[in-house]
Amino acid sequence: MWINMGPQHPMTHGLWNLRIKVDGETIVDAEPEMGYLHRGIEKLCENRTYTQIIPISDRLCYGSSLTWSHLYCLTVEDLMGLEVPERAEYIRVAAIEMQRIASHLMWLAAYAADLGTLVGFIYTMRDREVFIDLLQALSGSRLTYNFPRIGGVAHDVPPNFERDSLRACTYMEKKLDEYELLFEGSKVFMMRNEGVGLLKKELAMNLGVTGPPLRASGVKYDLRKDQPYSVYPEMDFQAISMPDGDCYARYKVRMDEMRESCKIIRQAVQKMPKGKWRVVAPRNGPVGTGIGRVEDPRGEGMMYVVGNGTPKPYRLKIRSPIFVTVSAAKQMLVGYKVADVVAIMGGLDMCIGEADR
Amino acid sequence: MTCASGRPIGETMNLFQFCYGLIHWLVILVNHLWYWLGNVLPGALGDFFTGIGDLAASHGNIAVFAILLEVIIFVIIAFINVLNFIWLDRKFMGRMFDFYGPYYVGYRIGGWLQNIADGMKLFVKEIITPAKADKAGFLLAPVIFVGSSFLALSTIPLGSNFGVETSAHDTGVPGGALIAFAFFAIAPFSILVAGWSSNNKYTLIGGMRSAAQMMSYEIPLLLTVASVFLLAGSFSFNGIIDAQKDIWFAIPLFLGFIVFLVCLMAEVEVQPFDLPEAEAELVEGWTTEYSGMRFGLFMMTSYLRGYIGGALATALFLGGWHGPTLIPEPIWFLIKAYTVFVVIEWTRWSLPRIRVDQILNLGWKRLMPLAVVNLLIAATFKTLGWF
Repeated sequence: MWINMGPQHPMTHGLWNLRIKVDGETIVDAEPEMGYLHRGIEKLCENRTYTQIIPISDRLCYGSSLTWSHLYCLTVEDLMGLEVPERAEYIRVAAIEMQRIASHLMWLAAYAADLGTLVGFIYTMRDREVFIDLLQALSGSRLTYNFPRIGGVAHDVPPNFERDSLRACTYMEKKLDEYELLFEGSKVFMMRNEGVGLLKKELAMNLGVTGPPLRASGVKYDLRKDQPYSVYPEMDFQAISMPDGDCYARYKVRMDEMRESCKIIRQAVQKMPKGKWRVVAPRNGPVGTGIGRVEDPRGEGMMYVVGNGTPKPYRLKIRSPIFVTVSAAKQMLVGYKVADVVAIMGGLDMCIGEADR
Repeated sequence: MTCASGRPIGETMNLFQFCYGLIHWLVILVNHLWYWLGNVLPGALGDFFTGIGDLAASHGNIAVFAILLEVIIFVIIAFINVLNFIWLDRKFMGRMFDFYGPYYVGYRIGGWLQNIADGMKLFVKEIITPAKADKAGFLLAPVIFVGSSFLALSTIPLGSNFGVETSAHDTGVPGGALIAFAFFAIAPFSILVAGWSSNNKYTLIGGMRSAAQMMSYEIPLLLTVASVFLLAGSFSFNGIIDAQKDIWFAIPLFLGFIVFLVCLMAEVEVQPFDLPEAEAELVEGWTTEYSGMRFGLFMMTSYLRGYIGGALATALFLGGWHGPTLIPEPIWFLIKAYTVFVVIEWTRWSLPRIRVDQILNLGWKRLMPLAVVNLLIAATFKTLGWF
């Protein structure tokens, strides 16, 4: 029996469709279908100037919009050969890590609600507000920030930003311990996660899975470490990986990443040098190409821009981590139960905005 | 000297006697008319009206209406309790989740009227029957679900003189506990019917899950109940509760109480065991196709089942209405039932949902042996003559 899990289904977190073929409760086949949320962003960008694309790239992912506008700015800076002031880089890194924590918390909230613990949903969304508030103080908005600029960031940090960030990190580390009590302390949660949705190391690498699902399969591949951008080389943090490759490993990787992000935010706001936070970028992009790769909360995000000497890019290509990761759905799902669909697909942290573009 | 229902005057009356007296008084009031008609009308017509009066005043007739009145009283009590339970659940959940819960509708009484507002909303919503649904089954499922739950409820007494009794000398329904569990266990059948007749894949899986789930929890549940029967030596709630006058069965049968609570959560389908309506993967499970007040009935009855669960745990393990005499018996009973309900809700909102193969494992490999051990403990106590 084929069952449509989507496009209107509580499991999907977005607009996509997962068709599963079940034998009783056991999944024998699965087929993810994308395309319900296609907005033609890549084409849209060809009719916008370089600056106008920043808010559009924000709309790529509702969960972590800042990483995508940052990625876009990185790519165009690569195209234009701009040198970003060091203060701007530190502000960016702090903001991205806040966004990473907010994104992971949103994932945790959705994951908890998927598995049935509504209390986990409420608590994580509550604590996400702390970082959303910080980002709001920084950029002025709560979801799509439009904060990075080509050649820096839009504003300097607000007053008391360092104090508030440090407080938020301390608060978050305390709350992470609480979450571990709430989730890992629960036998039912462990029963639902351990050994579910196994993704072998080789398979994960062959399918192009990136980000936390790849690191949970035992591959220590983090672009912040392996191909450092911005000021990540000056930060002291660990790339997290777990050997198991199951849902619990994916959960654990993200939880530990939040701790590492707290560390990075601390260092970034404390080490932040004085100086300019923005350089003026030329209006016209040169003839040539630019490429940028960042470690999105969901995996490796990549942008490729072709300039033709006009204020508008000739072509902008976006590589979405989730679009690639979801292709591993069948390999992960087959053999498990219908109830595991939510654990496995929820553990991937689906974000359809960037996958469909 | 006895009154009409056979109660010696001066003794405390039970609910049956109260209802009997009330109906008797009404019948005598109306019989004035029949007997007057019998007197003034000539011949056979007069005899006819006198006959009606005699029939109305007969013991059997009054007893039937008295029992009906009792059931109506219990249904009203149940409705009020359900409203309280939904309110309590929302308030408790809200406090757990860092928000206030219902607040504005009836804010002087803590948002209690929110349930009534939601009920009104469900009343005005359209009831949709899917075109390809099995009409009879689709209609019948809520009827069975609600009816069986109310029947189970009507056998549970709230006080030593406050239960659905069938005669003046009865203490509770004979074999009431057996009847209660029999009716309580009908629900999975109606869920299966609802899931099958909705003609929807999600509801079908939900219904099948409900059947599979029943396999796993029903046997340990009844084994623990059997241990209570063994200790009390009675099948009726009054007998079981009277046997707990000195010590609650939850203390000697602590293991059984835990097993009973776990099975009860599976029975009333709350969070760790709400597989049939797992909203994450099955949209809304077996209730997916129900809308309007039919869904409202399901929703209400699930809370009613929570109340029945709390009442059963109270009656079987927590000493029923026994407590310091300062508070009336039904209040004691309700306090205990509400406490059990809150514990169930507390667990419900803090645990993830279990998987269908895991609940079978849990039921057969963990709960079943524990229930058997508990039965053994009960038999040992009984053999030693402690109870």
